[in-house]
Amino acid sequence: MKNIFLFIRRYFIFLSFLVLQVICIVTLSTYSRTHEAFFSTAANEVTGRINSQYSGVSTYFNLKETNRQLAEENARLRNMLAQNFQAPDSSIAQVTDSSYRDSTTRYRKFTYLPAHVVGNSVSLPANYLTLERGSKQGVEKGMAVTGPQGIVGVVVAVSDNYSKVMSLLNRNSKVSSMLKKDNVTGSVEWDGNDPSYLTLKGIPRSAKVVKGDTVLTSNYSANYPSHLMVGTVAAVNSDPATNFYTIKVKTATNFFSIQYVNIIANKRYNEQTELENQQLKNQ
Amino acid sequence: MSSLLKNIIRFILFIFLQVYVLNEVPPLHQFIVPYLYFLFILWLPYSLGRFGLLLLSFAFGMTLDYFTGTPGLHAAPCTLIAYLRPFLLNLLIPQEGKEQSYAEPSPKSMGWAPYALYAGLLTFIHHFYLVLIEWLQFGDFLYFLGKVTGTTLISLLLILLSELIFFRKAKYRTNAA
Repeated sequence: MKNIFLFIRRYFIFLSFLVLQVICIVTLSTYSRTHEAFFSTAANEVTGRINSQYSGVSTYFNLKETNRQLAEENARLRNMLAQNFQAPDSSIAQVTDSSYRDSTTRYRKFTYLPAHVVGNSVSLPANYLTLERGSKQGVEKGMAVTGPQGIVGVVVAVSDNYSKVMSLLNRNSKVSSMLKKDNVTGSVEWDGNDPSYLTLKGIPRSAKVVKGDTVLTSNYSANYPSHLMVGTVAAVNSDPATNFYTIKVKTATNFFSIQYVNIIANKRYNEQTELENQQLKNQ
Repeated sequence: MSSLLKNIIRFILFIFLQVYVLNEVPPLHQFIVPYLYFLFILWLPYSLGRFGLLLLSFAFGMTLDYFTGTPGLHAAPCTLIAYLRPFLLNLLIPQEGKEQSYAEPSPKSMGWAPYALYAGLLTFIHHFYLVLIEWLQFGDFLYFLGKVTGTTLISLLLILLSELIFFRKAKYRTNAA
């Protein structure tokens, strides 16, 4: 017993070094696997507050670009308004009736919550965004996030007033997507090298893909609505070993200058994921 | 200014510099990430005990990790260089008691050549370990080698620049201090 104490005393520095190293590695590995560290809520609140101070300054530099993006989005949305698609002789009252009352009370599935980006990184192997909108304002874990130009990521941690978003530029990120042309579905990931390009995997060689094709979110994901912009095909590589293409996709979102995003709340997200994760008995 | 106050200010400044300036720099190349924050550990005074050094470096690394969202990634290499620092200083400093007369490692107190070796070795070890952890999560060997070399060179350049710009007067430690 005495020898043990002597040993600990003699190698105290080395042992404490080892303990600290183990703490580091364990937190890192559990965090990357589950995206929720036990301290993330408290730390989120503090760093989020400092981030929003900083972002208050840096937004001014991007105002012009942000304005352009928002104006473009406005124009696009205005083009999609129901009034634009009316035949000249049909009555307005009918259209307004059916689209407003019913859809908002009974059939609404997705709600868009605007949020201000207060923290962002693009140069690390695991990139996250911080948004100034948290559980008090209706954000929950698992919600999808989209920008004015294309999708951005998924909410992975929420505190009272801030939320942390795993951006597409993260090696753990995986989004089910499809080619606009023929609805062939694959998944979009990031290889960790260039922040302007993603990788689309799982597209069979039978699909006809050419440079410039549009990639959209697919119908199969629980958090993303379908047909949201992901990016455009920049290069098509066919791997002779497998039956699939590896496609390089240019991101629609410019992650370097992102300022405002929309968080997408899916009313039936829990219902869908619960059903999907259910263990089927008597099979 | 007392040594404690000076180091507290440095702690905050290095974190903010790394998070809000260096991490925001648009990447020139996939291998190049400008890291300078660990210079804080290199500049800590000689008088700090080894255990204190370890704990302080761990806390410093974790603080940075809170901002980047990767708890443990920067803290691990920080504790490693904090553990190795006293051994390296013992080797590099002549034994006639220079460490008793100067407050902290600097080119003036150690001489340019030993200081360059000290900074270079610890920078290399830090980046090697940091990139190794990243690489274990998702690997490509060429990426690993290239990134270690690229980031080390950029960091050494930044350290040289900061040594030249913020020339620290090598203060003699007096009995009063």
